[in-house]
Amino acid sequence: MKISAGLERRLIYSILFIAVALPLLIPIGWKTDISGYTQIAYDLVEHAPEGTIALISFDYDPSTMTEMQPMAEAQIEHAFKRNQRVIATALWPMGVQMAEEAFGKVLLDYPDKKYGVDYVNLGYKVGGMVTIQAMGRNLREVYPTDQGGTPYEDIPMLNEVRRLKDIGWISSLSSGTPGLKEWVMVARDAYGVPVTGGCTAISAPGFFPYVNEQRQLYGLLGGLKAASEYESLLGRIGSATTKMDAQSVAHMLILVFIAIGNVKVYVTRRRKAQ
Amino acid sequence: MTGFMNLLGIWLSALFTLSIFSFLYKDNPFYKFAEQVFVGLSAAYWLVNIIYSIMIPNLFSKLITDFSGNLILLIPAALGLMMLMRLHPATQWISRYPIAIMIGTTAGISMLRYMKSDILNQVTATMINPFAAETTGAVVGNLLLIIGTLCGVYFFYFSKKQEGIYAAPSKLGIWFLMISFGATFGYTVMARISLLIGRLEFLLGDWLHLI
Repeated sequence: MKISAGLERRLIYSILFIAVALPLLIPIGWKTDISGYTQIAYDLVEHAPEGTIALISFDYDPSTMTEMQPMAEAQIEHAFKRNQRVIATALWPMGVQMAEEAFGKVLLDYPDKKYGVDYVNLGYKVGGMVTIQAMGRNLREVYPTDQGGTPYEDIPMLNEVRRLKDIGWISSLSSGTPGLKEWVMVARDAYGVPVTGGCTAISAPGFFPYVNEQRQLYGLLGGLKAASEYESLLGRIGSATTKMDAQSVAHMLILVFIAIGNVKVYVTRRRKAQ
Repeated sequence: MTGFMNLLGIWLSALFTLSIFSFLYKDNPFYKFAEQVFVGLSAAYWLVNIIYSIMIPNLFSKLITDFSGNLILLIPAALGLMMLMRLHPATQWISRYPIAIMIGTTAGISMLRYMKSDILNQVTATMINPFAAETTGAVVGNLLLIIGTLCGVYFFYFSKKQEGIYAAPSKLGIWFLMISFGATFGYTVMARISLLIGRLEFLLGDWLHLI
């Protein structure tokens, strides 16, 4: 039976659609190994002392929240678990809402954490690299108030923070520009603050070279798989872990499709040659 | 009322998601409608965002509250107005000045940062003793890092014809590049499948309540 190219394409989409949907409906529970990159990122937070003030920059928007939001929740949870305090900023306008959503979810398990004491949302600032440079000199000048309009000096946890060097570690959860690269270039390479981060899977290969001997990046969370690895390290089954079943099934299916495609091309070439 | 608005939002999201997915079958009016609405909404969102998140807090409110203390802000304000001159053909030339300043400033700032982060630190990170690592795997990894970097860079060296012995590192460089392209493709697939998972999770969970 000969299948037309148009029908073949639709068939592939339909099978892929079902293959991704089924594990979401009936979870398989496959485990994932922890990669070195995720372990380094985890260790940075784990080994930072209690009371450390961390900064998580929400440099993404809802279009990539499937990959990024589990990372944000896991890192906030890890910081809270270690009694560290978190400053949220955003180089993307909708990062502010992403931060609010992530804090909202984590706070369900940590109801004792107080706004202004244990965490704060400073909101969005335009400017990318220039903004980070200005934060390196004086954080208060860049953020005179938090997202809700409370003056910087009235927020207790910010009394100890004057500039980026007062921050224990920085994590940029980034799905484009400005984002992780700008944080590495300025916060790490100019001000020497340890920087880790997460990015969408598509941009992960571009960031791996920064995880090097120079420690430009302390590990990297690349895509949904890394988010699920981080959840495993925290010892919980989070939203990324449940989605990884679907991801794994889809990957296997695509491998099968690639194999079928190659066999098909091989057979067609042989027939033509004969 | 809030409950009804939430429900309406979920149904609208589901409708637009399915409309976009319908393109996989073939181009159709539902897809076109969803696409146009998305473009219009994005443009409107950015306009409002620029006014409320950038213009008002960074310019207008500062000038209104303390005009004499923020006189310097009149310079970017003037440059911004000059940029808008681009909209009229007769005054279009004026916009070249703010564009020139923007390009010059961006190039100046980026040059320094890229030089340090992407050249100096990257080169330094490759200048390592490969045998200093603790495990055999790490030693092999270090060797691959050094050989891969050298051969990859050599592939883009065009000042001498690459033939004979000079072609060997270049060919090895191609292998490293091909493997990196393969890895990039794998990650791209993962990212795209993640997007599909996100939408299906919404459809099956928030909309249909099946999960």
